[in-house]
Amino acid sequence: MCCNHESVDLALLEDVLASYANVKGSLITILQKTQEIYGYIPIDAVYHIAERTGSTPAKVLGVATFYSQFRFQAVGKYLIMICKGTACYVNGAERIIEAVQEELGIGDNQTTADGLFSLSLVSCLGCCSLAPVMMINEDTYGSLTPDKVKKILRDIREKEGK
Amino acid sequence: MNTRIVVGQGSCGLAAGAGAVYSALEAKLNASIPAELSITGCIGICYLEPIVDVYAPDGKLYRCVQVTPDHADTIVKAAETGDFALLNDIVIKDEDAQFLSKQTRIALRHCGIINPDEIDAYTADDGYQALEKVLKTMSPEDVIEQIKISGLGGRGGAGFPTWFKWNAARQSPGDEKYLICNADEGDPGAFMDRAVIESDPHNLIEGMLIGAYAIGAKEAVVYVRAEYPLAIVRLTNAIKQAEAKGYLGENILGTGFSCKMRIKAGAGAFVCGEETALIESLEGNRGMPRLKPPFPAQAGYWLKPSNINNVETFANIAWIINNGGAAFAAMGTENSKGTKVFAVTGKVKRSGLVEIPMGKTLRDVIFDIAGGIRDGHEFKAVQMGGPSGGCIPAHLLDTIIDYRALGATGAIMGSGGMVVMDETTCMVGIAKFFLEFTTKESCGKCVHCRIGTKRLSEILDRIVKGEGKEGDVELLEELCTTIKDGALCGLGQTAPNPVLTTIRYFRHEYDAHIRDKKCPAKECVALLTYSIDPEKCIGCSLCAKKCPVGAITGELKKTYSIDPNVCIRCGACINSCRKGAVCVE
Repeated sequence: MCCNHESVDLALLEDVLASYANVKGSLITILQKTQEIYGYIPIDAVYHIAERTGSTPAKVLGVATFYSQFRFQAVGKYLIMICKGTACYVNGAERIIEAVQEELGIGDNQTTADGLFSLSLVSCLGCCSLAPVMMINEDTYGSLTPDKVKKILRDIREKEGK
Repeated sequence: MNTRIVVGQGSCGLAAGAGAVYSALEAKLNASIPAELSITGCIGICYLEPIVDVYAPDGKLYRCVQVTPDHADTIVKAAETGDFALLNDIVIKDEDAQFLSKQTRIALRHCGIINPDEIDAYTADDGYQALEKVLKTMSPEDVIEQIKISGLGGRGGAGFPTWFKWNAARQSPGDEKYLICNADEGDPGAFMDRAVIESDPHNLIEGMLIGAYAIGAKEAVVYVRAEYPLAIVRLTNAIKQAEAKGYLGENILGTGFSCKMRIKAGAGAFVCGEETALIESLEGNRGMPRLKPPFPAQAGYWLKPSNINNVETFANIAWIINNGGAAFAAMGTENSKGTKVFAVTGKVKRSGLVEIPMGKTLRDVIFDIAGGIRDGHEFKAVQMGGPSGGCIPAHLLDTIIDYRALGATGAIMGSGGMVVMDETTCMVGIAKFFLEFTTKESCGKCVHCRIGTKRLSEILDRIVKGEGKEGDVELLEELCTTIKDGALCGLGQTAPNPVLTTIRYFRHEYDAHIRDKKCPAKECVALLTYSIDPEKCIGCSLCAKKCPVGAITGELKKTYSIDPNVCIRCGACINSCRKGAVCVE
């Protein structure tokens, strides 16, 4: 994340900071809103939030890196979240993960070179009866097999003309 | 009377396609058809989702299951003509209906029945009557007394008496107190709390308000997992409605009692299920547990007296007040009262939410209600309590659902995750799965948990790779004991449970991995050997063509063979062979 020095428009944070900068205990909320705005937590925003909340960049980054929700890189157009919950594990989630990695050549928290797909292995999505499960953006796909997963990804690629 | 068509829209219903079913029904309905379309939450028959309840004008229920958008025509036609026999093909079968009829529902009593988006649906079914009774006729001490009589224990897993925590917070000096609901349901394989919030949010609000009155809190916070967006939407809406109706806010029901409520979305950290870590997170910090004492009842949120209960605990409160503590205590066993909700998943035929009185056996839940193991496999173990719990083997299936009885097996009651496994699940593998989880989720504050879970994972990893050594099991046991004794919070203290219970009941599997380099469940890839049975092989060459590394050689119409030194154990051959000639050991 240290290398991510793409500059962002910090003015976008103004509304969030106006509402929360002086409310104690709001750091996680500020970070969540920041991620909603940029899609991830830009390093410049970490410094900016620290300054405006009277905190330190170490404290802000310390909190941000503690929680799995926060990302430090922009994600691809399609965010694939594969459930690693117990029910999915028992029903073969490992094979689903392998299939996605084989098809896309990316690991956890990585994005394909064309910027189309990002992969994120997540804890229980709570659709245990449909295990194994993955979500691509807002859509949930259940009762997966490696072949089914590959077809879903290929269909998306085709739709995107890539 | 119109026909009512109610589409179940909990998270898993939506995942199974309930949204498309709703849209299809909406498109077919028009003003001339005497039917109303609405939604409900999750009834917990997850394996049959999407579910559409059709209430005929005479009130009779036709519960349609595994509904697709293609069924919309039939459902609308039934409503239009009054010929509900049209639904026969999709109406739930008797054996499936028993999944529900064999349950006793208290915490889930409205789930999948009422519309979670409408407060009137809740008040029409006794909603907020308990709150009114409490505020108008009972003192906080009376409330605590009823909860004491009920014997309700914390449903987050430990079963600590709820009245005791409430009383401690009530007795703590200070005007500023907080009531907190722990909805950070993090156990992989558990979704009871999500169902309650998504399906019956007012029941949670009512339970929390009664708790706030009992301890003397004017502010209540619900800490919800970020992974539960729908729960957050429905609860936000419910809070607004309750405020508008005067059940929440200033001078509630004109009684002078005031309490506000807000939601705090968690950001993804399993350790935040631990109450002091949750408080740290509420304050905007890294969710690392505090030393106890002081307990939250003395110095919790912002160091003020605070009480934290789990969602399911609160979901029982209104029922207890309405029906009396004694009615709740009449169910269950000597030391575990009332009912418990379980999320039954894994290799069972019928997975979903099961609420039963304490004192029933594991066999009742897994075989009688959930239908036993699917695909003709055999029951091997049930994992209870998630990463803090343990695996219970077949010979203990008659263990009763009771905090002590389950604790004696080495597992725990837990929050309600019940993942059922068959003979194809490797028990060393499942221990490794949980330890990888706790290693990742350890907050790093104490050495025993941070480094101990890491070392456990490493040892388990080498065992499943066939690199286990004589003495590894003893080393695991020693390390487990040290972590249990030394860890600061519940996460670390219970993290060794999956390892200890699998060693206790499935020691032979560990030995097979370490000594014979075999995985009895045939799951650990590194320990598998693929071969071709010359008796069955017809020399069709399909497997050789499928093999990605060219490990299979032979001549057409003669026998093929696999070179174990080249084989990468991908399983492509076994899937391609039509004669069942490829064997794996």
